[in-house]
Order: sequence, then structure tokens, then C-alpha cells
Amino acid sequence: MQTTQTYRVYFVVLCLSLFAAFLVNLSLGSVSIPIDEVVKGIFGGNASKETWNYIIIDYRLPKAITAILAGGGLAVSGLLMQTLFRNPLAGPFVLGLSSGASLGVALLILGAGAFGGFLGTALVSEWSLVIASALGSFLVLLAVLMVTFRVKDTMAILIIGLMFGSVTAAVVAVLSYFSNAEKLQQYIFWSFGSLGNQSWEGILILGCCTFLGLFIAFLSSKSLNALLLGENYAKSMGLHIKRTTFLIIIATSVLAGSITAFAGPIAFVGLAVPHIARQFFKTSNHLVLIPAVLICGSLLMLVCDTIAQLPLSEYTLPINAITSLIGAPVVIWLLVRKRKLLF
Amino acid sequence: MTSEKKQITIQAEDLTVGYFRKKENIIISDTINFSFSQGELIGLVGANGIGKSTLLRTLAGMQDKLSGKIYINEKLQDQYSTLQLANEVSVVLTEPPASKNLSVLELISLGRQPYTSWMGTLSEKDKVAVNNALQATETQELAHRKCFELSDGQLQRVAIARALAQDTPIIILDEPTTHLDLYHRAYILKLLKKLVSESNKTVLFSTHEIDLAIQLSDKMMVMTDKASYFDTPCNLIEAGHFDVLFPKDTIRFDKTTGRFSIKK
Repeated sequence: MQTTQTYRVYFVVLCLSLFAAFLVNLSLGSVSIPIDEVVKGIFGGNASKETWNYIIIDYRLPKAITAILAGGGLAVSGLLMQTLFRNPLAGPFVLGLSSGASLGVALLILGAGAFGGFLGTALVSEWSLVIASALGSFLVLLAVLMVTFRVKDTMAILIIGLMFGSVTAAVVAVLSYFSNAEKLQQYIFWSFGSLGNQSWEGILILGCCTFLGLFIAFLSSKSLNALLLGENYAKSMGLHIKRTTFLIIIATSVLAGSITAFAGPIAFVGLAVPHIARQFFKTSNHLVLIPAVLICGSLLMLVCDTIAQLPLSEYTLPINAITSLIGAPVVIWLLVRKRKLLF
Repeated sequence: MTSEKKQITIQAEDLTVGYFRKKENIIISDTINFSFSQGELIGLVGANGIGKSTLLRTLAGMQDKLSGKIYINEKLQDQYSTLQLANEVSVVLTEPPASKNLSVLELISLGRQPYTSWMGTLSEKDKVAVNNALQATETQELAHRKCFELSDGQLQRVAIARALAQDTPIIILDEPTTHLDLYHRAYILKLLKKLVSESNKTVLFSTHEIDLAIQLSDKMMVMTDKASYFDTPCNLIEAGHFDVLFPKDTIRFDKTTGRFSIKK
């Protein structure tokens, strides 16, 4: 049994680790900047070199903030899905949101080839990618919500999400077949995920969406706890199942949808982090788990991003590859150690 | 038993239960009439598929009735909101808790949900109710164990403790004795009997342990495909309602012992 005291210690440790990871993330990269200079750069003003200032404020800080928002948001939406579907393997993308986003982007990039030449190039700008992927997620969300109101069984929603995934994969395959290598590469790069190259306006929008999603999630803590007993029990304790399902799906979609729109589909964070957090905070109480998962997700994402930028080299690895390389072994390790995955 | 008139807690008038599917009603069981009172332990028996679970789920408000009237504490069930009903009726279902990662204490505390604030944190009053539930079901020593570590018998006691923590005048249990050995079946039913006599609750349970139910229940309800009968066990035996519970060619009911035996 763990008391509030233990939780407090864990939270302090987690917050300190998060801050440390944040500074390390800002300091490492193709150019290494000493930590004290990083602190100077973000808090007071000016680092000793003008270039460092520029690198920190215009390049690394937006990337680090995106990592924190994306990691935390995806992890919390994973937790919501695992509880809603009462399935330890559920992640933020089981609703087919990333499929929707992929489809939107695929239609834009690969489909733009059809318009040819100038128009095709003009269509594929930074913001059009964000809009296409947000639109794709949103349409899938609408479909899922419509299904939610017609179907009683949450498992059916899960399967429908998976079916959206299959349909998307098929459409993308068809589009790929007819498009040229250049377009295909552009699409594949998007699917690698990317935390960098965000404008401050973009981060503001992402921040608002993440905050909204987290707010709904936190307000739903009590309902989420009730759902741990199953829908029938939850209803017998006075829970409105449909309203709760609706709210949780909205929260997940806002989180996963906006993050996918800005950073591309990022794998495994949503699936693995809730399980990691449950290892430390041995509780199922969402009032504790949601903040815990949020911080763990941000921390993991910062660490992954630090590795992805390959310190002291010119290269940056795709973030999606790093999260999968770290996430998959963690899930396997949990399974082997506990012999079963509980949620 | 005292002679004073006890308040009626659940009453059904010409109740029909079943499902509504493809624009037509699938009737599982109809013309059900009964009235349960405070301080009564009621055993519900009937063959598989006769509609016991459907009736219990309908009474607990988990599925809609097809026709007829249900009164909960002399007010129509339809007039209760989900939350109001949660203050009157608690349930123990056949399904295990969806998350087995919950600790026993967490699970039982969830029973306080109808009374807690939006955050779901427990007040002193809630903690007292949870403690009472732990004591009544003798689950104190399990409090910090996780559900996946419990045996079926322990899990059933914990499920009953959660319903007790919900502190409702009516508790409905769907086959609380399945998967349990003879000792635990008797233990659970005696526990229910004790709860009824101590707390003046109405406890309704469905079971296949007809002989145990006959010994312990104050009233019984026998569901057959023709009709449902509600009375004291003795009267039901006298009227021969247990005889028609199952097809006669395999087992028959012995009126003197109150038991079924295999027909040789």
C-alpha cells in the first residue's frame, strides 16, 4: 500500500527528472551547448554566443516543448483508451485517428501529384499538412462518434477503429502505386514523425488542444475509476455510460488528433507509458495516474528526442523509430516480468 | 419475525422482461408479480435461460422492461435517475471486475461513488462505510491485496463488500454462488442471511442451489416457463411449484426433504 506521502515523493522526483531531461535536451544536439548557458538562454536573456541564443530559442526550445506536449498528451490518451476499452493493448490510435490523419496527408501529398506542377507544390506546405491530417482525424472521429451512439458495445468501437486502419492502409497503398518516388518519400518522411520545425503559433495551438484534452481527462477521473469495474457496475453506481464514453472519446481525439497533426503518427508512447507509470504508482486511481502518466510521457518523449537528434552529429533519426525501439522492449519486458499485462 | 408490517421495497405488477431487438419484443418472461419487503432474503430459482438474470438486470435498471410496472420504495423505477437509483439498489454481478489490477480497498471504495464529489475522494463518512463493509464480509486482511491474487470465494466476498459500501436498502445478486465449493456457497448465503437480519435490507439473489435457498430464504421466487410464483419456501413446496421446475424424467423433487434427487 502506498500513501499520499509516497506519491508526493514520486511526483517530486518525476518533476525534477523532467526538468533535468528538458535542460539536457536543449543542451545536446549537433552543437553541444553547456547547461548553464542553456539556463541563461531561456531564463534571463542571453547566452554568451549569439548563435547559441538563436539555436536555443528558435530551434531547440520549440522542439522540446512539442516533445513535452506530444509525449504527455499521447500517454494520457493511451491511458484513457486502455480504461475505456478495458484492454491493456489499447493505445490512442485504436480509434483509427492516426489512420485518418495518414489518409488525409496521403491524399494531400500523393494526391497532389495529380494536380501536377505548380499547384501540387503550392498545396504541400507546412500548414496544409497540419490541416489535412487534422481533417482526416476529425472525419474518422465523427464516424466513430456516430458509431458510439448506435452501438452499445465498446468493443465494437475498437474493431471499427481497426477497420478504419485497414481501409486507410489500402487507400495509401493504391495512392503509392500511382505516385512518383519524390512524393512517396515526402509521405514516408511525414509518417516518421517529427517534433522539430514547429512555429510558435503551431505550438500555441497544440498547447491549447493538449490542455483541453487533459482538462476533460482529469475531470473524468471518477468516471474512469468506475469503468474499471466494467460498464454494468459503473452504471449501477450512477454513471451515465454514454455521456462518459463520449467525453473520453472527445478527450482522446483532441489529444491524439492534434498531436498527430503537428508531429505525425508517433508510435508506442500511448501504449507503453501507462504501463510504466502503473509499475511505479501501484494504483488504478486515475486521479493519481493521469498526472503520473502525463509526466512520464513527457519525460520519455524528451529522452527519445535527445537520442533521436544524435548528439554531436549532423543527423537526426526519425522520432517514430526511437519511440518504437524503446517502447516495444518495455512492453515485452513488462509482459515477461509480470506474465500478464494488467490495466 | 416480527408481526409489524414491513415496508415494501420492490414491487412488480404484470412485469414483462426481455429484449427489444429488430423492432420486436423478445419476451423472456411475463406476468411477473411480487412485492419484496425490508428485512427479507429472497431466493430466485429457475432453470437456465428462464430469465433470472434478465429479471435481475431489469430490476437493477440495467436494461429496460418491456411492459408492466416496477416500484422501488413505492416510487416508479422509471422516475429515478441513474444516480438516484444507485442510492437505492446495489448489485453483485456474475462478471468479475474488468480491471483485476485494482486493490481490494480501491474496489470496495468505488462503491461510495454515488456519494462522493466529482473527484471521488472519500470523506470520513465514506471511510466508515468502507470499513463496515470490510468487517461485515471479513475481508479486512485482504484489503491491500490486488484482485488478481484472490480466489473466487474471496473475490465474491469483496464484490459483496462493494455492494455493502454502496449502502443501499436493496441489494441484488446474480448467482453469487457459482464457481464456489460447497463450503463457500454456504458461507456466502449465510453471510447474506446475516446481513438481512442485521441491517433490515432487502436482499434478492438468484441461485441454482435450490436446497440451500429453501433452507435460508425468507421468501422465494420460482420462475417456470408457464408462470412465476412468489411465496415462502414452505408454501411453495406445499403447492408443488418446485416439482415443475425441471422436466420430470431426469430429476424429481422430494417434498419431505426439500431436495432434488436423480430419478433412477
